[in-house]
Amino acid sequence: MLDLLKQSPISARVGMTIVLINVLVAIFAPVLAPYGETSIVGDVWASSSGQFYMGTDHLGRDLFTRLVYGARNTIALAFITTALSFVIGIVLGFIAAVKGGWTDQIFSRIIDIIMAFPTLIFALMILSVLGSSVSVLIFTIATLDSTRVYRLSRAVAMDIEVMEFVEAARLRGEGLWWLMRYEILPNALPPLVAEFGLRFCFVFLFIASLSFLGLGLQPPLADWGGMVRENAGAITFGIYTPLVPAAAIAFLTVGVNLIVDWALHLSSGLHE
Amino acid sequence: MVTIFVISLIIFIGVELLPGDVAETVLGQSATAETVEAFRKELKLDLAPHIRYGAWLGDFVQGDFGKSLANGRPVSGLIGWRFGNTIFLALTAAVIAVPLAVMLGMLAAFYRNTLFDKTISTVTLSFISFPEFFIAYILIALFSVQIHLFPSMATINSSMGLWDKIYAIMLPALTLTCVVTAHMMRQTRAAIINVLGSAYIEMAEIKGIRRLRIIMLHAFPNSLSPVINVIALNLAYLVVGVVIVEVVFVYPGLGQLLVDSVAKRDLPVVQASGLIFAAAYVFLNLMADVLSMLANPRLRQSR
Repeated sequence: MLDLLKQSPISARVGMTIVLINVLVAIFAPVLAPYGETSIVGDVWASSSGQFYMGTDHLGRDLFTRLVYGARNTIALAFITTALSFVIGIVLGFIAAVKGGWTDQIFSRIIDIIMAFPTLIFALMILSVLGSSVSVLIFTIATLDSTRVYRLSRAVAMDIEVMEFVEAARLRGEGLWWLMRYEILPNALPPLVAEFGLRFCFVFLFIASLSFLGLGLQPPLADWGGMVRENAGAITFGIYTPLVPAAAIAFLTVGVNLIVDWALHLSSGLHE
Repeated sequence: MVTIFVISLIIFIGVELLPGDVAETVLGQSATAETVEAFRKELKLDLAPHIRYGAWLGDFVQGDFGKSLANGRPVSGLIGWRFGNTIFLALTAAVIAVPLAVMLGMLAAFYRNTLFDKTISTVTLSFISFPEFFIAYILIALFSVQIHLFPSMATINSSMGLWDKIYAIMLPALTLTCVVTAHMMRQTRAAIINVLGSAYIEMAEIKGIRRLRIIMLHAFPNSLSPVINVIALNLAYLVVGVVIVEVVFVYPGLGQLLVDSVAKRDLPVVQASGLIFAAAYVFLNLMADVLSMLANPRLRQSR
């Protein structure tokens, strides 16, 4: 593992540094933030100074503090959602691959239908029906996103499922759960890990977009997408406050993408 | 067609699952039992679900989308003009993006692994990683605030001429162009490089044909099928990506209407605009399949 890290290209190292910074900020948010998450401390849209490192937002809250707490809320939410979508997608995908036949047909057709529908529109409709709360948000996005995970894990599991050691385990009389957990999962991990990075980026951007539309995390919770929305009016006055959280979003996704590029390169052995 | 039907079913069921009664939600706290009952009659809520579904779908096909819950105006009136605006914006973006992306992709494949190729790859990769609204605000900051070239609000109305309209929507169109071009260019490049590996290209090289000619006449026609596919898929993406961009620029399009209605929980409008978006998306995906079959006869055999 350490050897692998030493051989990593510069781009991957930059990516890892970016992700590490973000994770550390998210974990130590209360220590780093000079003010409370929702406390109003100064004028509206004050420019940056020694007192407020990045100025203040549309209500006079410290932007740096909001940004730090926003890292915590946004990244945690995206991470939980991605993890959930992987649990759903992998379990269903593996079951479909191992069982085959009707189970596979039914699962795959349902997934096809969901995938035919644009994700953002689907999410908007569900949120309009159920209202926007954190749990609804997580479940909606996780379900929609698990369709992509399903496709991949089914395809990967199909390839593994025909190998002799799986056949041997079948003949030993192992059950479905054993086959999935101990025979297929360990061999399917590398592509799934790379996919996790990609899906995380996607979910992260998706949540940011929803928050930006006012349908994600609700105020006064700090959230990067929501912060862009709240401060959007400032840009026409030549104040660049909304660009800061937007840049934070872009920064993290670029970081994750750099790592994913490297991981894909490693697992495929492509030389293009 | 079946997909659209199923989607309409899903949308309808989704709305049926709404917790609480629509009539009570709309009329609010002060409603008496009689007014709620009357309102239900008006919305035909007293009928069985499958009958209402049939009626709703029947009306929908005839262009009657029902009435908005928020202001009681017919939904079709709200949607018609905005849908035109959305199509106009998406088309403008497509007209800029498609030739640009294909050209950049060919150039990048031609000069592959040079500084030019690497720069373009990095720039497009970062455009893909950015959220749409980030690009949008950067463009506003550059073109609207700094040099006052384009307006930051894309307000248009029906009395404006074509050029005025295009001028007004320049920034949203550019935003969409950036996002879509990045995707298309990368895949065009990949498709052409893929073809460049084949034996007949090597043959052409050995014959001493110039590289530009090889790319234009030998490689490009054969990578046309994946490229057309990518273009159609990206147009489908454009239709959906338009939602966020419309909100950023306060553009009176269908996406803006959809988001507003979701916030207001104005269900008939959400249903109708959601279904239109979904139908456009499905249609463009279908186009992608059909067109790539036309461009590549081998795909026709397999069925």
